[in-house]
Amino acid sequence: MAVVADRPAPARHERLARVWEDHPGLPGFLSTVDHKRIGLRYIYTSFAFFFAAGLMALAMRAQLAQPDGQVLGPQAYNELFSMHGTMMIFLFNTPVLAGFANYLLPLMLGTRDMAFPRLNAFSYWVFLFAGLFMSASFVVGQVPDGGWFAYVPLTNRANSPGLGLDFWGLGVVFVGISTTVGAVNFIVTAFKLRAPGMTVDRLPVFVWSVVAMAFMVIFAVPAVTLAATLLESDRLFGTSFFEPGRGGSSLLYQHLFWFWGHPEVYILFLPATGMISHIIPTFSRRRLAGYLWVVTSLIAIAFISFGVWVHHMFATGLPALAMSFFAAASLVIAVPSGVLFFAWIATMWHGRPQLHTPMLFALGFLLIFLLGGITGVMVSVLPFDWQAHDSYFVVAHFHYVLNGAVVFPIFGALYYWLPKMTGRMLSERLGRASFWVMFVAFQAAFFPMHVLGLLGMPRRIYTYADGLGWGALNLVVTAGSVAFGLGTGLTLVNVVWSRRRGRPAPDDPWGGDSLEWSTTSPPPHWNFAAVPAVAGRHAMWDGGGPVPAAPGPGPAAALAPGGALARSTPVTDGLEPRAEAVLDIARPTYLPVLVAAGLAVFFTGLLVQAALVLVVGLVLGTGALVTWAWRTEGDLR
Amino acid sequence: MSRRRLGWAAAGAGLALGSCRAAPSTLDPRSPEARRLASAWWQMFALGAAVYAVVAGLIVWTLVRRRAGHRDGGADRERLFVVAGGVAAPVAVLAVVAFITVDTTADVGAASPGPALAVEVVGHTWWWEVRYPAGGRAGEPAVVTANELRIPVGRPVQLTLSSADVLHSFWVPELAGKVDLIPGATTTLRFSAERPGTYQGACAEFCGIQHANMRFLVVAEEPGGFDRWRARQGGPAAAPTSELEARGQAAFMGAPCAGCHTVRGTPATATLGPDLSDFGTRRTLGAGLLPNTAANLARWIVDAPELKPGVLMPPIALSPAEVDAIVAYLEALG
Repeated sequence: MAVVADRPAPARHERLARVWEDHPGLPGFLSTVDHKRIGLRYIYTSFAFFFAAGLMALAMRAQLAQPDGQVLGPQAYNELFSMHGTMMIFLFNTPVLAGFANYLLPLMLGTRDMAFPRLNAFSYWVFLFAGLFMSASFVVGQVPDGGWFAYVPLTNRANSPGLGLDFWGLGVVFVGISTTVGAVNFIVTAFKLRAPGMTVDRLPVFVWSVVAMAFMVIFAVPAVTLAATLLESDRLFGTSFFEPGRGGSSLLYQHLFWFWGHPEVYILFLPATGMISHIIPTFSRRRLAGYLWVVTSLIAIAFISFGVWVHHMFATGLPALAMSFFAAASLVIAVPSGVLFFAWIATMWHGRPQLHTPMLFALGFLLIFLLGGITGVMVSVLPFDWQAHDSYFVVAHFHYVLNGAVVFPIFGALYYWLPKMTGRMLSERLGRASFWVMFVAFQAAFFPMHVLGLLGMPRRIYTYADGLGWGALNLVVTAGSVAFGLGTGLTLVNVVWSRRRGRPAPDDPWGGDSLEWSTTSPPPHWNFAAVPAVAGRHAMWDGGGPVPAAPGPGPAAALAPGGALARSTPVTDGLEPRAEAVLDIARPTYLPVLVAAGLAVFFTGLLVQAALVLVVGLVLGTGALVTWAWRTEGDLR
Repeated sequence: MSRRRLGWAAAGAGLALGSCRAAPSTLDPRSPEARRLASAWWQMFALGAAVYAVVAGLIVWTLVRRRAGHRDGGADRERLFVVAGGVAAPVAVLAVVAFITVDTTADVGAASPGPALAVEVVGHTWWWEVRYPAGGRAGEPAVVTANELRIPVGRPVQLTLSSADVLHSFWVPELAGKVDLIPGATTTLRFSAERPGTYQGACAEFCGIQHANMRFLVVAEEPGGFDRWRARQGGPAAAPTSELEARGQAAFMGAPCAGCHTVRGTPATATLGPDLSDFGTRRTLGAGLLPNTAANLARWIVDAPELKPGVLMPPIALSPAEVDAIVAYLEALG
């Protein structure tokens, strides 16, 4: 079919490049606002945390491989399991999906950048600094050891003296800023920067999934920010929000934490399903079945996920009537998940699946998530949860969901979209090897944990006695974990290899259906010289593919390459996207990194309780922020 | 499948089961409550396995039947498939699961009717205080013990649980589901053991550095044996019966021991650590850490943090002779 790759004539290309190019070297690195550089950087940074947290898991598995293990002491083990969870959730899963969304949303929507490019840069810097802030706990030797959930009163000042928990509490508040501003950016971008012809019922499913995720972030993250803020207030200033002896409540903390914590699972899961909803149709050579059902299900999941948090508290002795409401909601959420599942199966059923690496990861995801979903229904059964809760059964369940149903799609997405991002194909052979090792090792690493839980093994124990009969299965789990780690390492090797030696990627290597495939690999800074117009839900497949949109009078003039030359992009309005204004895209600026650095200094001041440091951070951050607001116009024109 | 492969499978299953014989399994229930929970598990396991087989089968089938792909048409059939498979079927299955939930919850609540033995359990970092309140059938005085919950077989037990410090969770997989111990609140748990035995219990809520070694035992005895134990524990702890034990008692009272522990009927009445009045009868020390033998106890007294890093009991400077005497005294208690 006709694909209009954006290849402007050399002279115009040069003029565009002059308008859009970043400064060279480090200044460019620090000042860029290009959503593609930021998105890729998000992905690489979060993968660094992924491998760090993965190595922590391997150290823990070495300790648990045999009864009475002597590899790690209890303190080290507790620090590692706390930071493994914290890093995987806050510093890998959440930001890596934000990275893909950052990179792909403007390309899928047919626009030249995110709605707020400087905010976008800011959210990356905050993520990076918050990640370094939390990681610094290892350098200082005072590592959070209260679990990734940091339940009070174990984590109050009396029970957890030292800086460890402060690294956690302040870090959670810090990184929440990044997630929240990122969400705002995604929502505004999806609603205001759509290409002509892209009505809301034609939005790519990945965009829908990111929009649903972003709304969830906006409603859920304040709860965990509040929990961590009150915890730090108790720790630093001696308040008693969570102090049972002084009129506080430890259960209040659990409510706040899980009011975010359970939606968070779906915050991670929804974009992953969005990725799958692109990979499966592309490799089945068939449009996604039941688009409206899929989108409705995504939105339904976003809503229902706010009514299930108490199933993390089934053993706290809350009234049975209250708990049955949450048990029912936890069951109901399986219905929209079922719709997604059958939409994917129907797509493959009517298509002709081709088993390239991204598709293998998608199929692995289906088989793993199916089991994770089934055990999820099981643990929502109140009485069964009294046995399963806080046992290895739950560890198995949520790794099937968070590792199987989120990490597998992320790896699939890496193989699917990285060629677009880097302009280099990944090795198919290495990719398949990586998939098969990961898939088989995954089962060995996590399936036996179900059995261990049923056999009475509690979570978060650093050792267990020989006589308890858990040794053989734990050895299998450890072997599986090591193999799984090696499988992920194969993909790391593949990515490094492809950046140097990979075959150059064509514009549309897989025959995908959304607009990102219409531009070059990698895309130019401006994404599209002429904004494309789409003729259907499947921009690349419908009506002979996208064509340059016809510019019109007023704001619609920005659709033409002239808009790109002016470093601008059209703003659209309403359900039918019509250009209603022109968005000037900010030039490279140091302000985002300065504000983020100010925040980092501020949080460090809180951490070490040094008023001077705190004030320096405040002055730096506020100063940069005021300049940011002040300089909008001057910066742009 | 070849015979050889079947043989391997059987050997693997045998290995797994053999190694798990000793495990405190939720699937080896020894109370009406745990039995009901296990049956709920098996019902859901059957349902879950069926759903997995059908859906995974569909996925595999889409891959093996190689048919010509096409991009359009069949939208109505697709929609029907999505609605039937993704809405109707899950609703039907979930209705069954909802029924299992309600049915099991009600059954578990009513599984051990009748008057119950009331016991209070208090969680400490990292051990369990077990209190039998005064009164009961024969008006016995209160009894306090640690890390072992003795109960009569066939009689319901009603636990009232609370915590002295951080969150804990009480879990005896063979006897009941778990319930949290929450500072500033109380929770309850009711069950009855069906036959005599020793059941492994553990703390299931992360509670700090020694969460892993916060274990306990439930010892279920015939009612006669339990009543005799209960009556015996009403009085003062066993007095020393040898010169060595007497020296041990004197050393215990003089050393830091009495600053944290209680031995009923002696000047030692502190409550920071476990009550030791029946220590000699306990099967483990350090909350399930080690078998309660004289050698282990001697090591424990001298340097508990070496055996259980983070434990609140400090190393105690005693001469070897004093240690031997204290060990003899403590092992004779009960």
